[in-house]
This record gives sequence, structure tokens and C-alpha cells, in this order.
Amino acid sequence: MGLDTGDTAWVLISAALVLFMTPGLALFYGGMVRSKHVLGMLMQNIFAMGIISVLWSAVGYSLAFGGSGRFIGDFSLAFLNGADGITGTIPTMAFVAFQMMFAVITPALITGATADRLKFASYAVLIAAWALLVYFPVARWVWNSNGWIFQMGALDFAGGAAIHINAGIAALAVVLVIGNRIGHGSEPMPPHNLPTTILGTGILWFGWMGFNAGSALAANGVAAQAVVNTHLAAAAGMLGWLIAERKQAGHATTLGAASGAVAGLVAITPCAGFVGGASPLIIGAVAGALCYLALGIKARLKLDDSLDVIAVHLVGGIIGTVLLGLFADTGVNDGGADGLFYGGGVELLVDQVIAAVSVLIYSFVVTYVIAKVIDRTMGLRVDSNDERAGLDQSQHSESAYQA
Amino acid sequence: MRLVTAVIKPFKLDEVKDALKAIGVTGMTATEVRGFGRQGGHTETYRGAEYKIDFVPKVRLELVVDDAQVDEVVDTIASTAATDKIGDGKIWVTAVDRIVRIRTGEEGSAAI
Amino acid sequence: MKLITAIIKPFKLDDVKDALKAIGVTGMTVTEVRGFGRQGGHTETYRGAEYKIDFVPKVSVETVVSDAQVDAVVDAIASAAHSEKIGDGKIWVVDVERLIRIRTGEEGDHAV
Repeated sequence: MGLDTGDTAWVLISAALVLFMTPGLALFYGGMVRSKHVLGMLMQNIFAMGIISVLWSAVGYSLAFGGSGRFIGDFSLAFLNGADGITGTIPTMAFVAFQMMFAVITPALITGATADRLKFASYAVLIAAWALLVYFPVARWVWNSNGWIFQMGALDFAGGAAIHINAGIAALAVVLVIGNRIGHGSEPMPPHNLPTTILGTGILWFGWMGFNAGSALAANGVAAQAVVNTHLAAAAGMLGWLIAERKQAGHATTLGAASGAVAGLVAITPCAGFVGGASPLIIGAVAGALCYLALGIKARLKLDDSLDVIAVHLVGGIIGTVLLGLFADTGVNDGGADGLFYGGGVELLVDQVIAAVSVLIYSFVVTYVIAKVIDRTMGLRVDSNDERAGLDQSQHSESAYQA
Repeated sequence: MRLVTAVIKPFKLDEVKDALKAIGVTGMTATEVRGFGRQGGHTETYRGAEYKIDFVPKVRLELVVDDAQVDEVVDTIASTAATDKIGDGKIWVTAVDRIVRIRTGEEGSAAI
Repeated sequence: MKLITAIIKPFKLDDVKDALKAIGVTGMTVTEVRGFGRQGGHTETYRGAEYKIDFVPKVSVETVVSDAQVDAVVDAIASAAHSEKIGDGKIWVVDVERLIRIRTGEEGDHAV
């Protein structure tokens, strides 16, 4: 297989689309926090574009895709030396760029859970350590042909397990260490600017086209199917969430529409290039409704997962990863497998569950240890005066809105 | 009648409102204001340029109450809004000559 | 002189301003405020979490007038701001001891 310019163009464009998702995520989250913390939230997200990109080029790509280990790569491609060949039909460097944007957004997803209380310097150490010890190894397991989950036969088209389950369970671990916001449960903390959140949702939805369809690593039928699946799952996710919300709380809300779309996008992520027909609609709708119902988990646990990373990313990621075991169809992608509903028996379903549970356990344990060590040494959380004053002022010496 | 004006920390607003409701106060007006006091301000830095922000966000509460209730209202605000940290705010009381409820045209105590 | 403060429904502001201009009031200060009163609030729901919003948007109009004008101004505001629905607001009057126009240094009724 030689280099294909069409494939190359699509993957390069997709890299840019995925890059755009991180500022989109920043706005999505930023609108939901209180106004004195909005810059803190935006900063945590865009800072990932800085630190993770540098780490990725230095060692991340090599640890995820270098060497032949089943659990971790090596340093043979450090600083991208030797990454100048061809991968499939595209330049390896295009693959490096595309995967770099995935590495950037994944740790940024965690910030929604710890909103309004994470000390910035500690956050910087947290996501650097998390990328090195959690994300790079898990990306290896799932996406490198030597990785043990890849070899087992589990499928993860664009990151249901590697990204959403991984970041979602990590969010839970960090919240357990950092604790709840001051006033959580007693002071009202409604979103300060939902229009910003809606703008962020639009950017995420747009970028997700590259995230999922770019994962075909080619401009072909699978990519086209992934574009349609991605869009339909977001649409059905929005409807699923709104129906559940309207039934339970009485109103269909704009934040609900945005959250449902994101839940649908999360759930279709592992499935995007492996399913077809009505499957994206079912997967999206189920994710929208179940993620809405999962909002209750944090209340029952009295856990301040501030912006519902667990309900949307962890639960949505699990739904997508497991449903792929039912809906995968080799008629759509012969590089995939058939799920239970398409004559493949339970084998894929079992592999999917093993993949989900493995990532869940590994990410939770390692993230908890990282967070605990940072908390003991430099302190994960701002002091109470700084939290009251807001992250914008205390961490960054700025304010978002001048009086 | 007296007008009670209190300038308090913004995050204390809900607690103060609930405490006033509990002693029978049926109305008040809240305004986002900026206050300059002993708490001092903070500095913000934009591209290396420092700005001293002397005025910090506060909430001003205003309510008109019967003479008989003034002390209870002031005490309630004072105890609820207190955090013991500098910048808790101030409360003052002024005399009201006339008060009208717009919808009904009622005046005096009936209008409170 | 007296300071007249009126808390009114926001959509009534233009009517009130026009009514005051018509009787010769030359200045006023308007602030967006939030009021809590018999009108009650509403609830908002974000991702299943209900928030009771007790404070609803209101506009505060403040104007300092000469003693002779007080009743005309209060009556003008009361009739212009009136909608007969609960939540029309309140008007109160407090005494002003001293008033200065900053540009000219004029004091008292000349500064109104």
C-alpha cells in the first residue's frame, strides 16, 4: 500500500478538527461553572493543548506506538525521531498529529469533575503524570497492533474505552481525593452562562466528525459511515436525554439538549466505524436517556462530580463500548467483527466487557495514587479563601468579566 | 418605617434571605455592587501590566421594615452574614417618610 | 429634599421615565436589581438539580426631588408602574440632608 493523498488530506484535516474540540470543551464546561471560576476552567482545558502536546512529541507517541510491548511501548521514537515513514496509506507524521489531539483532550475531560477547586500548579503535574502513567499505556493497549486489548479482539474505533471510560473513571478517582466544593449541597451553583455552553457543544459536535471519521485513517466508506453515525447518535442522544428529562423534571432544557448530544457522541465513539443502519440511533438514544438517569448517581454518593463527567463520559463510554458487542457489523466494516445481534455470538461482547473493566480498574487505581501523592506533597486543592475568591483571581490574577 | 441597607459578601445572600424569611420578612431587593473597604482589593495582571482592583464584588440588600422589626432584622442580617473574616460588610438604617405599594396604592405599614 | 426609590417591573421603566419627564423631573438613576417579594420566584432545573430562584429581575429608579415635588413624583411613579398584577413593586421616600451638583457646586434645591 502506498501513500494515498486523499487519505492523507482527510487525516490532516481531522487532526485540526479534533484540536478544535479542546477549546470547545473549555467553553462547554466554562459556561456551566460560576463566573468567578470560568477562566480557571478555560485555562485548565487549553493548558492541556500546551503540556500534553509537548509530552506527546517527547515520549508519548513512542510509549503508545513505539517498540513491540503488549502493555507499553519504548523510547525508540522519542521526539518523533524515526516517525517519518508511512503508516497504512498516510504519512506516519499525519497519524502522530491526529493521535496527539486525542491525547490532548482526554485529560482535559477530567476537569469538569473537579471544577472550581483544583490548584493550577497541581493540575499541571496531575495531567502530565496522568498522560504518562495512564493515557499513553491505555492508548497502547487499545490502538497499537501489539497492545493486549487490540490483540484480544476488542474493538474501540475512536476511544470509548481509551478515552471516555478512561477519563470518566479518572474523574471519579480525583474527586474522591479532592473532595466536594465549599457550599456543595447548601449554596446554589447554577451555570453562569449557558449560551457559552451551547457554543461549546456546537464546536464539540463539529470536531467530533474528525474525531470519529478520522479514526478510519482513510477517506473511504468507513469514514463516511462514521460521519453519519456520529451525527445521528448526537441527534438521537439529544432526543433521548430530552424525553427522559421532560418526563422526570417537567421541562426540556437547553443544557439537557447539549448534554444529550454529547452523551450520544460519547457512546458512538467506540462504535462509529463498526455499526450501520439504525444502530447509531439506538446507541445514541439509549445513551442520552441513561446518561440523564445516571445524573442521580452522584447525588446518591454525595459526590461532587461538578459537571457530570461520570454520568456523561464514564456511563456514556461504557454504554458505547458494551453496545458495540451487540451492534458491530462486518457488513459495514470487514476489519471489525460481528456483534451478538449480527451473528457473531457473545465473543465480541465478552471482549468488550473485559476491555471496559480493565481500563476502568487500571485507570481508577493509578489515577487515585497519582492524585493522592500530589495531594500529600503539593496539595491538590486551593485553600478556602482562594476557593471563595474564585480560581480566576486566586490562580490566574485575572477576571473574565470586568465590571 | 425604616430602610435597612446591608452590604454583604455575595455568597452569603441566600443564607441571609432564608434567615430573613424565617423571621417573617416578605420582601427585599438585592443588587450586585462593588465595595471598597478594609478588606482591600487584589491585583490582576494582563500581559505583564498590573491592575489594582480596589473594588471587590458585594451584594447590597435593601428592605423597608416596620420600626418594631428593625432591630430583629439588623441582628439577623448581622449574625447570618458574619464569617469573621475581613470584608463581611456593613448594615445601616435610615428613616422612611412614605412608602407605597404600587399595585394596590396602600401606604405605610400596610405597604410593607 | 427627598430621595425617592422605586422598585418596579423592568418593562415599566420607559413608562415611568416618560411620566417623570412629563412632570418636570430632570434626572434619575436606574439600576438592574433583583427583588424578592410576594410575587414569589420560580424554579430552574439544571441536569436534574432544582434551584429555587427567589429573586426576580426588577429595576430600581432613584431620584432626588425638592420637598414640594415629592408627592407628585410618588404618585406619577405609582400610576405609571401600575399593572395590577402582584410584583408591581414599592416606592419609598427618605430624607436627604444635603445635595450637591458636582459640576457647579450648587447645593440644595438648585442642585435637584
